[in-house]
Amino acid sequence: MNDPAVQSPLEEQIDQWKAYLRSRRAIHGSDIEELEDHLRERISALVESGLDPDEAFLIAVKRMGALDTLSQEFAREHSERLWKQLVVPTTGADPSTSGLGREGWIALGLAVAAGVTIKLPDLLGFLPAEGVDRFYARNAPLLVLPFLTAYFLWKRGTEVVRWLPLAAAFIGAMLVVNLYPYSPDGSTETLTFLHLPIALWLAIGIAYTGEEWRLSARRMDFVRFSGEFFIYYVLIALGGGVLTAFTLGVFESIGVNAEWLAQGWIIPCGAAGAVLVSAWLVEAKQSVVENMAPVLARIFTPLFTLILLGFLATMVWTGQGIDVERDVLIAFDLLLAVVLGLLLYSISARDPEAPAGFFDILLLTLVVSALLVDIVALAAIAARISDFGFTPNRVAALGENTLLLINLAWSAWLYLRFVRGRGTFLAIERWQTAYLPLFALWAAIVVLAFPPLFGWR
Amino acid sequence: MNIGKDLVAASATPLVLAILAEEEFHGYAILGRVSELSGGALQWTDGMLYPVLHRLEKQGFIEGTWGRSEAGRRRKSYRITALGRAHLAEQRAQWEAVDETLRSVWNALAVAPFKLAIAPFAHAVAPFTPREAFP
Repeated sequence: MNDPAVQSPLEEQIDQWKAYLRSRRAIHGSDIEELEDHLRERISALVESGLDPDEAFLIAVKRMGALDTLSQEFAREHSERLWKQLVVPTTGADPSTSGLGREGWIALGLAVAAGVTIKLPDLLGFLPAEGVDRFYARNAPLLVLPFLTAYFLWKRGTEVVRWLPLAAAFIGAMLVVNLYPYSPDGSTETLTFLHLPIALWLAIGIAYTGEEWRLSARRMDFVRFSGEFFIYYVLIALGGGVLTAFTLGVFESIGVNAEWLAQGWIIPCGAAGAVLVSAWLVEAKQSVVENMAPVLARIFTPLFTLILLGFLATMVWTGQGIDVERDVLIAFDLLLAVVLGLLLYSISARDPEAPAGFFDILLLTLVVSALLVDIVALAAIAARISDFGFTPNRVAALGENTLLLINLAWSAWLYLRFVRGRGTFLAIERWQTAYLPLFALWAAIVVLAFPPLFGWR
Repeated sequence: MNIGKDLVAASATPLVLAILAEEEFHGYAILGRVSELSGGALQWTDGMLYPVLHRLEKQGFIEGTWGRSEAGRRRKSYRITALGRAHLAEQRAQWEAVDETLRSVWNALAVAPFKLAIAPFAHAVAPFTPREAFP
């Protein structure tokens, strides 16, 4: 009776109604079946009493009750479902079968593959005699992130031709980090550790957004994904820490040292596999529960604003300039990155149509105060660079600072226009998403160009 | 007459249990039975029945089984459990207590206006008033 070829208008209407039900997170497949059976029976009773099917459908739907109230009732009775759906994606799933689903198995398979791959250099005897830690610091992202890229390429159904550039990028990066003659304990090598994952995140982004990588909305989705991914990864890492401590403790109680197991297997394989598992969890629970990153952004925006304003006021009050320590530039980069994160996640959760409110003014205050603090810091750092010259670390940090400063300054300008009712919120969103690749490109420059430019030191 | 929302909600559990105590029904048939029994005075929004059924199922008062309708659709029908019967008995006792209380209040009210109306003449008409009217 669900043969699409002979589908009547009534069947179409019922299908549409079912699609609406399906979009409600508290109503499950089997509930929909039950409600559908009810609806059909009501319709046929009404048709028998002389109504035509269209009218019967309208009345039956009306009698079923407003969808919002209905899904609220279901949510109240089945609050546990909201959690269950974190792990079991329900779209199109047969109500009688539960479990991981096809996507879950593929994600799990890729997670195992990543866990095994991270051990391959060790198992195949590729490890250098010295500097094992540095080998892994350079290569770990290259051993794990291809699997994450593959997951999204598979999930978006990307054609194989489009896999090739990404594969080439990974292979190229692998050649670069292993063939460059870094001087031992040099700072260009350390910069590579820090910047390679940022550069590769662009590849993930390309795979994630699929064919729509130009669209601002899809890029914003990727920003949301990154934030949720980070939160899940941290949570899983915490759990992994407990598991490791427990393993060590339990084996120690029987006089067996399990450190080789924990350090050689649980930690590296777990850390690699968790990347895939986190990504899959974020995907599976998409739009099921309120996203966490925007919530955290809401909580910390006022707090960061207060601290920054307090800092500026104290600096003016005491007349004390910033004492330029060795790592101070990095610290201010991090500050700007945090502010940018707060801005991005506040933007990602905001309804672009809504008018400017108190929170927007707060966000603007945060961005402006961060800019002021950073300009003070930059002035101090510029003086130091002119005294002591350029080093790879200083140039990299200065580049990042400039990138973030431009981004935030223009954001502040757009935000000001928006708050005063002269611009749209969409303009801010577009600016942010258009800017995203620049961060990855700068990171790529640091990885590729810095070591030869600075003589591998 | 339409019965208020709170009362409909409160009576849902004993009503569903009592109907299922008669025989096994699926959701649509339960609603049919409700409007039949109440003469249409008790109107439920159709969809709201299902969260109630699922709650009762979770509490173990009823159990649902998937079968097929005559048209071949998958259909879930519900039957009462022993636990459900015990709960129904308890609910019934409670409702009867409420009902009894209300009844005596209604009776008192029905008599009161009459009493007030004739109060000024009570002494004059007292000999002619049947005793039962002045309890």
